[in-house]
Amino acid sequence: MGNRNLTALGTIWIKECTRFLRIWIQTLVPPAITMSLYFVIFGSLIGSRIGQMDGFSYMEFIVPGLIMMSVITNSYANVSSSFFSAKFQRNIEELLVAPVPSWIIVLGFVGGGVARAILIGIIVTLVSLFFVDIQIHNFAVIIVTLILTSSLFATAGLINAVYAKTFDDISMVPTFVLTPLTYLGGVFYSLSLLPEFWQMVSKANPIVYMVNGFRYGFLGISDVNYLVSLGLLVGFNLVMFTIAYQLINRGVGIRS
Amino acid sequence: MKALDISGLTKTYKGGTQALKGIDLHVNEGDFFALLGPNGAGKSTTIGVISSLVNKSSGTVNVFGHSVDDDLVAAKSCIGLVPQEFNFNQFETLHQIVVNQAGYYGVPRNIAKKRAEKYLKQLDLWEKRNEPARELSGGMKRRLMIARALMHEPKMLILDEPTAGVDIEIRRSMWTFLKEINQQGITIILTTHYLEEAEMLCRNIAIIDKGIIVENTSMKALLSKLNMETFVLDLPVQSKQPSLTGFVFRNIDDHTLEVDVEKDIGLNDVFRQLTEQGVTVLSMRNKANRLEELFVRMVESGRKKQAGAA
Ligand SMILES: Nc1ncnc2c1ncn2[C@@H]1O[C@H](COP(=O)(O)OP(=O)(O)O)[C@@H](O)[C@H]1O
Ligand SMILES: [Mg+2]
Repeated sequence: MGNRNLTALGTIWIKECTRFLRIWIQTLVPPAITMSLYFVIFGSLIGSRIGQMDGFSYMEFIVPGLIMMSVITNSYANVSSSFFSAKFQRNIEELLVAPVPSWIIVLGFVGGGVARAILIGIIVTLVSLFFVDIQIHNFAVIIVTLILTSSLFATAGLINAVYAKTFDDISMVPTFVLTPLTYLGGVFYSLSLLPEFWQMVSKANPIVYMVNGFRYGFLGISDVNYLVSLGLLVGFNLVMFTIAYQLINRGVGIRS
Repeated sequence: MKALDISGLTKTYKGGTQALKGIDLHVNEGDFFALLGPNGAGKSTTIGVISSLVNKSSGTVNVFGHSVDDDLVAAKSCIGLVPQEFNFNQFETLHQIVVNQAGYYGVPRNIAKKRAEKYLKQLDLWEKRNEPARELSGGMKRRLMIARALMHEPKMLILDEPTAGVDIEIRRSMWTFLKEINQQGITIILTTHYLEEAEMLCRNIAIIDKGIIVENTSMKALLSKLNMETFVLDLPVQSKQPSLTGFVFRNIDDHTLEVDVEKDIGLNDVFRQLTEQGVTVLSMRNKANRLEELFVRMVESGRKKQAGAA
């Protein structure tokens, strides 16, 4: 019993990884290029004029945030497009006819998104090494934040794909929700630069906690307590996973 | 134990279409069973419910004694499905598609690879194993779905119009393959709207129309029924009931006689015998045969479909 589920989970996961590796030009290269541009323009060119941020060079300050930004974008994009295309080409039926429990389906797709996010996190980190020496304050916090953030957005991408009826429907949330929240999520600035009112508003943005938790792992500084960040991540993950599980189990958008 | 046991199955789709209006269906283990019906009759819906792609509205479905409500994992493991529409990832290779499918059923990867070789070879696809599925011809895609359905070695194979749009040569080789695996003990259910296909392959048959099973019988019995025409003869009021040797006939009342005649025998003998008994036939009509009407409609809808595709 346990073995069957494990084999199924492994199969979905390998299939998901094979997918994004097969189309690496669409999945792995763009974030590497975008992030290099951010490093050159914001880090080196403009960063040298900005000076220090919370006691670190501007480049050092933005690297963790930029890694987090690509992790968020890519985990979401991976699962939303993979699951939507499985619905669209109807190969999701391969899973529906087989004795695969719904929670394994969710875990498999989310696992694929996490794998892509981690790989991209590594690529972006390697690129950043050309521009700055990276220091590590607490490796465990880095890894845990990375995994929980990517699994959260991978699950959100899955939920998006369940409801999506057209390809446009899976680009709406990234464009109108994720991008603004990420740019306003403390990737490029310390919240302490903001007037008090906007600091308060920013703290309602969940991405602030992820970016700061991640930055804490690297630099040991944060606008919020990193334990709060981790707690929120665990909570959000549980909620999103439950929603995704319910949707798949009820067959929303996939079973008539 | 029955391979498939369906009772009182209904399905109403969200839009309100009542696709199944309470069907019963029983398929024996080892059978080669046809579900025949015109387009829109409810064949794919029935198969969708059996294979968990469609949620039923009411009724029970048991697969080798496992209820799809209480024992879904066991029921699913018994079934291999070849759906009507292509539903694999067009960008994956044949090998990936079949090996992954085995994985979903819990077959370990090393065993899955051996089976992939076996079934891709049997279905003449081994040379193409590393090509993406989108590059296959229609007939090959169909065979790929058969290979995929066999990867977990199910006890029952369900094929939804497997030969639609497949040219005649490949159709025949598919028939041969299906007969072979049926002889090896796999129960096969296939839907079709060609009577010829059912006739070539199947031992038992159910006919579905507008969500109702209108006939469930052996292939032999069906064919002899189809070959029979019933005539109603109006006679002057008879004092003695006429009788016909060599025909099945019924004296409905004292002035009506019904007689079943095989199509290739003709009516001359009927008239000769009646004339000998001094019976006058005032008029005669063909009794409407529901099955026959159904087939005429099926053939027509089949033709329209083919004309539409051309
Ligand atoms: N997903 C669906 N949503 C709504 N109606 C459907 C759906 N699938 C099939 N139907 C309707 O149900 C009826 C039976 O269809 P189907 O089972 O596909 O017939 P067949 O396979 O015999 O051609 C048809 O009227 C069809 O239009
Ligand atoms: Mg159909």
